[in-house]
Amino acid sequence: MANLQSNFLGIKSPNPFWLASAPPTDKKINVLRAFEAGWGGVVWKTLGSQVKNVSSRYSSLDYNGRKAVGFNNIELISDRPLDINLKEIKEVLQLFPDRAMVVSLMADNDKKSWHELIKKVEDTGAHGLELNFGCPHGMVERGMGAAVGQDPEIAKMVVEWVMEIATIPVITKLTPNVHSAVPGAIAAIEGGSNGISLINTIQSITGINLDTLVPNPNVAGKSVYGGYCGPAVKPIALKMLTSIAQHEKIKAIPISGIGGITTWKDAAEFMLLGASNVQVCTAAMISGFKIITDLCDGLNNWMDEKGYTTINDFVGLSVPKITKWEELDINYHIVAKINQDACIHCGLCYIACEDTSHQSIYIERGIPYNTYTIKEDECVGCNLCKIVCPVNDCITMLEQRKDDEYLNWTEFVKRGLPLNDH
Amino acid sequence: MIQNNKLTEEQYTKNFCDIHPPFEHDEAAAIEANRCLNCYDAPCTKLCPTSIDVPLFIKQISSGNIKGSAKTILSANIMGAGCSKVCPVEKLCEGACVYNFLDEEPINIAKLQRYSTEKAMEKKWKLFSRKDSLGKKVAVVGAGPAGLACAHALSLQGIDVTIYEKEAKAGGLMNYGVAAYKVTSQFCKEEVDYILSLGGIKMEYNKALGKDISLAELQQNFDAVFLGIGVGVARALEIPGEDLQGVEDAISFIYNIRTNDYSKIKVGDNVAVIGMGMTAIDAATQSKRLGAKEVTLIYRRTENEKPCTDVELDIAKLDGCAFIWLASPKEIVGENGIVKKFVCNKMTLGEPDVSGRRAPIETGETFSLDVDMVIKAAGQIPFENLVKDASLQNKNGKINIEKNGNTNLKGVFAGGDAVNGGKEVVDAVQAGKDGAKGILEYLDI
Repeated sequence: MANLQSNFLGIKSPNPFWLASAPPTDKKINVLRAFEAGWGGVVWKTLGSQVKNVSSRYSSLDYNGRKAVGFNNIELISDRPLDINLKEIKEVLQLFPDRAMVVSLMADNDKKSWHELIKKVEDTGAHGLELNFGCPHGMVERGMGAAVGQDPEIAKMVVEWVMEIATIPVITKLTPNVHSAVPGAIAAIEGGSNGISLINTIQSITGINLDTLVPNPNVAGKSVYGGYCGPAVKPIALKMLTSIAQHEKIKAIPISGIGGITTWKDAAEFMLLGASNVQVCTAAMISGFKIITDLCDGLNNWMDEKGYTTINDFVGLSVPKITKWEELDINYHIVAKINQDACIHCGLCYIACEDTSHQSIYIERGIPYNTYTIKEDECVGCNLCKIVCPVNDCITMLEQRKDDEYLNWTEFVKRGLPLNDH
Repeated sequence: MIQNNKLTEEQYTKNFCDIHPPFEHDEAAAIEANRCLNCYDAPCTKLCPTSIDVPLFIKQISSGNIKGSAKTILSANIMGAGCSKVCPVEKLCEGACVYNFLDEEPINIAKLQRYSTEKAMEKKWKLFSRKDSLGKKVAVVGAGPAGLACAHALSLQGIDVTIYEKEAKAGGLMNYGVAAYKVTSQFCKEEVDYILSLGGIKMEYNKALGKDISLAELQQNFDAVFLGIGVGVARALEIPGEDLQGVEDAISFIYNIRTNDYSKIKVGDNVAVIGMGMTAIDAATQSKRLGAKEVTLIYRRTENEKPCTDVELDIAKLDGCAFIWLASPKEIVGENGIVKKFVCNKMTLGEPDVSGRRAPIETGETFSLDVDMVIKAAGQIPFENLVKDASLQNKNGKINIEKNGNTNLKGVFAGGDAVNGGKEVVDAVQAGKDGAKGILEYLDI
């Protein structure tokens, strides 16, 4: 059995799965249920000046009958009185001292407000603070949330205010609503932040009700941009995570990975790309806290199979495997092969290749089943056929190198090699 | 004497309720639709005699375009609703579904097809509109699947169609010849009404060809004629005792079930059904469902050669029917003119015959069953005299046609069971479409 214990900036938890700052961590009752289910920690929903929420808050992107492939919300920070939140945090800490308790903060935009809030939160005995520089809706209009995260100078200044007084670890949560997450991350680190978490939600409109013509979620006939999350945002989050994990200036900083994590595989991917732990929200909101069982179990089994005894054994291992395009090996060449015994004759590979790719699949029509084979000379090895094939391992991509030598684009151009190989 | 009224009202209702219930919830249909891989050059479409674009109509269900889905189906097969209930899909679309290769349940194509088409009927969606009348008149004889499909396709193009039907209702075998638990008379009526709602099709009921109307007359009064007259009663056994009381032909038996209250239908306690086609199964299962104690299906070859599908056979098995393979009727023995015993030859399989199946050969041994009813379902006989009297070229009464329904008579077209001797409803629909195409070409439209 692998050891799933996590130590993030000295904040210990029995596993690397924290619930992200969001509705599931808004109240004692929710958090107790989460800890009973086995979650390693929580980031308590953002505290600040009390706000008022609207009704009709979430909407989703459904795809081919699968609900909530993407999810969005227009909720603000905690709308409960600060005192109640603080009291409940303290009570939870007493009941579950072994779990991580980090509190998300978004104070008004002045040093005094931040200092007062931090002091009150530290008094609860919480283990860490997460600065919400990412919330893309509602708070932005008040000059908070993503408005701070989008401006590195302001972000750095606020982090400096925080670090003047904070005695427990500080994590800065970054917004993805920027062209690059790197400047914000550098600003936070320069301001003194101990760690980074990302991504927060992405501004979005999930869809429109085609009867009423009102976008979702409908608040009395109007809508606003919401914060997008769920499985659909994972690839974007992984890219932003990698851009920080690879950056010379900040790559040593511990990162808490967030963005569409639904299964243990997602979690492993975030950690392989440099996250020391992960935060989950949408998956729990869609399926309940019980998902923690398989998150831990699946990760554990995978670690056992791979021979990793602790999570530190594999954090960041895939980071060096992301390179620049011009360093890719042009002599590497793969060609699709269809296993005729496994083929179910659906023709999806053929039509994908024929209509939108390189016309590299030969069709022999039959009644009712056609036979499909690869034209090896035409195949560019794009993977499309393999992606659309409904049978695992029916289509494999076989390596047929153009040459043994590693040859990248820069060298290719230097040697004046011919471009057109069609 | 065999008796009727063997069961209670509740038992009849239960026994004859819909064997393939529809999706009760839109979500359920969507879930099934989303399982579909939407194959390219789809095997399901290729095995549909009417070439319904199955992946397209299923995609339309999954996208919420139910109206488009119904139109995709009905454009290819105007009896798509009825076919969703009576098609032997296990040997057609669903049998071809690529999921079968994964030992995964095939997509429930029939149920999805029923979902869309019944919605169209229920909401009376006007999916088709006919072109303005061209002033051309076509007579269609027979309001079965072939005739209705032909009439609909012609009317769409602005032809004024008159259908002559010998029965009081349209639908043909759909109405009179398949098991009641597959389609109800009410459904048949609604389907016919929906087809006819296109307009341009005049119905003349209770008009039989060769009796109330003649082909010559129709040729004179119309620009073209389509014959979708189907086939007649079950083939005679040509054995002693066939005229005894209690010997019935399956077509008449099913016709009676479809046109009367179940309580009025007489059924034996011990019934022998001869044949193993769809009609034999329909007769056997309905005998059982009317209250017969023992129903035995008798077939002269083995299970491997049976004409019905495994799914149909399973229905009979689940209804508690018994099967005797390799047995051929020899004699029906009566007492006071009433069926008492059924004597059969034991058979064995010899060399393959013209059908490619091994021919049954008598072994010389016999056995007998105590029965009070014998139902004949060993194929149907074409309306041979009718066809010959009209000087139509034929093969044992089955009308000869060339491409698109052309017969040897100018302006006379034919299709469906009258040509093929008795196949599926869906085959007849395609034959009707082909006939309409032939007629349009003939009329230069």
